[in-house]
Amino acid sequence: MSETNYKPTSAFGKWFDERLPLLTLFNGHLMQYPTPKNLNYWWTFGGILTFCLVTQIITGIVLAMHYTAHADLAFSSVEHIMRDVNYGWLIRYIHANGASMFFLAVYIHIFRALFYGSYKSPREVIWILGILIYILMMAAAFMGYVLPWGQMSFWGATVITNLFSAIPLIGESVTQWLWGGYSVDNPTLTRFFSLHYLIPFLILGLVILHIWALHVPGNNNPVGIDLKKDGSDTVPFHPYIVIKDLFALVIFMIVFAGFVFYAPNVLGHSDNYIQADPLVTPAHIVPEWYLLPFYAILRSVPDKLGGVVLMFGAIFILLALPWLDTSKVRSAVFRPIYKQFFWLLVLDVLVLGYVGAMPAEGIYLLISRVATAYYFIHFIIVMPLLGYMEKTKPVPLSIADPIISSGSGNFAAAKKDKILS
Amino acid sequence: MGKFFFAALFSILISTKLFAAGDAAKPIQVDWSFNGFFGKFDRAQLQRGFQVYKEVCASCHSMKYLSYRNLGEKGGPEFSDDEVKAIAASYEIKDGPNEQGEMFERAGLPKDKFKSPYPNNKAARSANGGAYPPDMSVLVKARSGGSNYIYSVLMGYDENPPPEMKIEEGVYYNKYMAGNKIRMSKPLNDGSVEYSDGTQATVSQMSKDVTAFLTWAAEPHLEKRKRIGFKTIIYLLIFSVLVFLSMKKIWSRVETKM
Repeated sequence: MSETNYKPTSAFGKWFDERLPLLTLFNGHLMQYPTPKNLNYWWTFGGILTFCLVTQIITGIVLAMHYTAHADLAFSSVEHIMRDVNYGWLIRYIHANGASMFFLAVYIHIFRALFYGSYKSPREVIWILGILIYILMMAAAFMGYVLPWGQMSFWGATVITNLFSAIPLIGESVTQWLWGGYSVDNPTLTRFFSLHYLIPFLILGLVILHIWALHVPGNNNPVGIDLKKDGSDTVPFHPYIVIKDLFALVIFMIVFAGFVFYAPNVLGHSDNYIQADPLVTPAHIVPEWYLLPFYAILRSVPDKLGGVVLMFGAIFILLALPWLDTSKVRSAVFRPIYKQFFWLLVLDVLVLGYVGAMPAEGIYLLISRVATAYYFIHFIIVMPLLGYMEKTKPVPLSIADPIISSGSGNFAAAKKDKILS
Repeated sequence: MGKFFFAALFSILISTKLFAAGDAAKPIQVDWSFNGFFGKFDRAQLQRGFQVYKEVCASCHSMKYLSYRNLGEKGGPEFSDDEVKAIAASYEIKDGPNEQGEMFERAGLPKDKFKSPYPNNKAARSANGGAYPPDMSVLVKARSGGSNYIYSVLMGYDENPPPEMKIEEGVYYNKYMAGNKIRMSKPLNDGSVEYSDGTQATVSQMSKDVTAFLTWAAEPHLEKRKRIGFKTIIYLLIFSVLVFLSMKKIWSRVETKM
């Protein structure tokens, strides 16, 4: 989709482009790239996420100039940033809240893909790359939360690294290898800092592949149908999508600024302003909000290994989603039953997040078990079966064309048609 | 229907009590001068609060991330340069080693960190019956409930605890603490300090003043943050209108209705 008849106008541009066609590449992918013209605002989160990644990298590089990765000095170096570094408070609050905004955007992005079936053929690789990015984001965020060396940093790191001790036979050795000792301590902090600095650049690499893979088949769209070959369904990326993405981004930045300037600590835990103390365990150890659903799944199982397997399973099952969903219709707009289940999944994940923040006892434990069960039922049972059982609504022939096709791209309907004829 | 379910269940979840730990009373809500979009500290209150900290709290609680110079900086108590120098000079600071390799005592300077009451954690613990008085630099941010909570704890002492409660030796009843128990004896009594500006030193007044001071200490750039935040958001709002109008103009060239 990137073939263009672009020719640089300046003499230098021509000279350079013949030797390295960067200008042609940018022109093809950032300007002429044909984009469905019916994209709604749920499609603006790709751009927003790129902004989040760049913001995190820039603020993070500046923070690293002033931060000291040492168990005795990390906490006070963060206070040094907050008090004495020029605008250090601003840079740190952007970075800390930026992580939350990054996850807010990525969850919307993922649920958009789930609603409109953006993971389905021919976009499986885009989806898999996206999930890998999400997994790396969680790793980066978790390690970043450890760096201030507050109580939640320390105890969160202790809980999460201890999960690996559930691995049979080698668990204990693996955990000590991760720690670099016999408990979370200075070696753990320094390696987490190193990895926290590395991972965003791995993410950046995957983002480039994610966009590359996207630009092969082109964007999915709210109707979920393939575009007409003649280009009547599309607009060039620039200026149409650029200006729309920019508008959504500015609105997003207003929300972002609201947190940074007026509620910079509401998304964090107050215990993390207490310096890490290996001798004092906090009353409730909770991860950051964006990891709570997985934390709830982990704790819903009475067996440690079982909990770990389910938690990782909950993430990795997403990789198989393109093959678990058997429906030929992409967009939930034309899938009345799937739409109900989609909202049930949204609710389910929110409930998991809520119980993840509560103590794992009594009614909360029961709720977390039911919600965990549904999470897996949704992907393993509901999605494969719906493709065969659901009667989908008629799908339009093209974005520009209001004519609705009489047939349905759905297995069940197709079978029924066969039987009737 | 899905959306309805979602809305209903979510509202039930929100309305349920978030924390049920230790039957602590809900903190008193105070209308602080530093609340809200344009919140600012009251300089006189911060100066009084510093006096309370210096004369009462500082005998047990350190504030090791603050320097005396901070007391004169913009957005804080804004003591004059001479006052800051005088405050710093009233402390003996250990410095060195000097040319002879000896540690020595000298009068404090504005660049020095607040002098801690104890040389280390263990000394602090042993002097307080095993309970470690927390450093107060970021205390307001380190407690859920923030300023309201700190104020409430200072106000929450009661010499007559509920009869069914067992209060051990060295423990005090405080209805805002988790478990309603605190290891710190009641720190403030009417007239604990004498304010030079004529303000009545009631327990409530001193508690408010010192809490305001601790809030500034935990967030010394609060005023600047709110000021920049307001400008940033106004800028973004205007920018969003301009981008929106440009977007409408650009998209008017395309037929988008299905």
